[in-house]
Amino acid sequence: MTDITALPGGKSPWQSAARFGLYTLLLIFAAYYILPLIVVLSTSMKDLDEIRNGTLLSLPAEINFDAWGYAWNEACIGVSCTGLKPYFWNSVAMTIPAVTISTLLGALTGFSLTKFKFKGANLIFAMILFGCFIPFQVVLLPMAQSLGFLGVANTVPGLVLVHIVYGLPFTVLFFRNYYVNIPDDLIKAATIDGAGFFMIFWRIMLPLSPPIIVVTVIWQFTQIWNDFLFGASFTTGGGQPVTVALNNLVNTTTGVKQYNVDMAAALITAAPTLAVYVLAGRYFVRGLTAGSVKG
Amino acid sequence: MTQKSIPAKQPLLDWLRRNVAKLVVAPTFALMIFFVYGFIAWTGYISLTKSKMLPSYSFEGFYQYIRLWKMTPWNVAMENLLIFGGLFILVSIVLGCLLAIALDQRVRAEGVLRTIYLYPMAISFIITGTAWKWILNPGLGIQNTVRSWGWESFSFDWLINSEMAVYTLVIAAVWQSSGFVMALFLAALRGVDSEIIKAAYLDGASLSRIYLVIILPTLRPVFLSCFFILTHLAVKSFDLVVALTGGGPGYSTILPANFMYEMTFRRNQIGLGAASAIMMLATVMAIVIPYLYSELREKKHD
Repeated sequence: MTDITALPGGKSPWQSAARFGLYTLLLIFAAYYILPLIVVLSTSMKDLDEIRNGTLLSLPAEINFDAWGYAWNEACIGVSCTGLKPYFWNSVAMTIPAVTISTLLGALTGFSLTKFKFKGANLIFAMILFGCFIPFQVVLLPMAQSLGFLGVANTVPGLVLVHIVYGLPFTVLFFRNYYVNIPDDLIKAATIDGAGFFMIFWRIMLPLSPPIIVVTVIWQFTQIWNDFLFGASFTTGGGQPVTVALNNLVNTTTGVKQYNVDMAAALITAAPTLAVYVLAGRYFVRGLTAGSVKG
Repeated sequence: MTQKSIPAKQPLLDWLRRNVAKLVVAPTFALMIFFVYGFIAWTGYISLTKSKMLPSYSFEGFYQYIRLWKMTPWNVAMENLLIFGGLFILVSIVLGCLLAIALDQRVRAEGVLRTIYLYPMAISFIITGTAWKWILNPGLGIQNTVRSWGWESFSFDWLINSEMAVYTLVIAAVWQSSGFVMALFLAALRGVDSEIIKAAYLDGASLSRIYLVIILPTLRPVFLSCFFILTHLAVKSFDLVVALTGGGPGYSTILPANFMYEMTFRRNQIGLGAASAIMMLATVMAIVIPYLYSELREKKHD
């Protein structure tokens, strides 16, 4: 922690001026980050006349959630006017199993690679880790073919499979880096007591794992919920996740452009990950840092 | 010893017990071999064929790559990647580092400010694009707002100006990602030994000198991490372009990922799409491999 006020030397006028400049800088950038959210939120509550006659920063005349209801229930996505609702549930149905399975598999794999080390474990880890670095464009085509071959093209289970596969390198990385710091003696002692692989995993590793489970779940949840590329490549029509539906809603060109509905739809799509961020921001930051592959 | 106590009539069970770790790793490993390595190999092979709508497997050498590099849209996409990526990385790192240093001066309400700086990272690029498209649209967005304040000649039409539209991508992408850079730098600054700084201060070094000469050089690994992560983000950028500019005006703001998607899924040119995907992989690898190499080498010195 570097901290000028703790350093010797009293408060000079020059220092006060520096403090003032510091806060000005911090507040200007706070405005840069927060204003888009405020603008989007206030636009979503205006009616179209208010939008046309007002400006970005003018506040809505009243708190009015009509556009939200319309975006959820009635807005047209392509040719079907069902609102975001079914697509939102697609995303939920896709995210929950994909997060659960990839986290569980990542924990088991990370455990095996650190505490039951076998010959070649490090090489296998390196080979799995490689999956974190590829641009997904390089697997899109064969994946589209494979999903068709497996009969899950344009379905939620198909997307679940895709997200499990390409989430695994990250979940393995998280758990492996966490478990590598847990003392081996713990495992040795349990082995001598006659505990087997799954017993040790269940009784010793899992109770030690809540922090990394939270980090992994948040990371996977955010990644999968926010995905657009896979959703856009492998689904059409009713099978789309909410991010793809949002983009189609905004770019539907028929009729009058309803900016308030667009903004409400964007906020509905953002709500789950924003809620996670607000509720568990600390773990979210930790996941981002862990995901930056140090280790 | 334990092996003796297990009766020999259960060799299978015994084998299972000894190899359980390998068996647990096997499914994940198999998935990676198939879905990562197998798929890359397949895409690589398809890029060497004349595949159009359906894959064809007759080898044609580098035909698609030669075609690719002769196409204007691909060259525009690579040029855009250079402009967008370069500016995005530079501005994000400078801004993130600056904000981290500012936040590290024991400021009031640090937690609130940090939360505000970082929240865009939680939302999808599609949402970021949608929001900024609304803010930047000349008719009702910033331009209109500033004009309503009385500055009638104010003009800010980058979004629909093919010369400037690529910079709107930078504005939105920096908005989304610089908070994350800030978080990485802030974490590292908190780890800097304050004794060294006090000593330098007592020796009469000014604060800016302390940061430039003492602190920033120790943050070299963070600069490298940020550079690497942001490069990765830039090369993969796809959704932001789709939501913010739609690649337009014309194809002035497409990035390689958009080109690949267009060729593969819209124009039935999967051989060309595969070649562009391999070029993207090569770009990422050119950055990742030296980075990983330096990371691993540093570790051995510890």
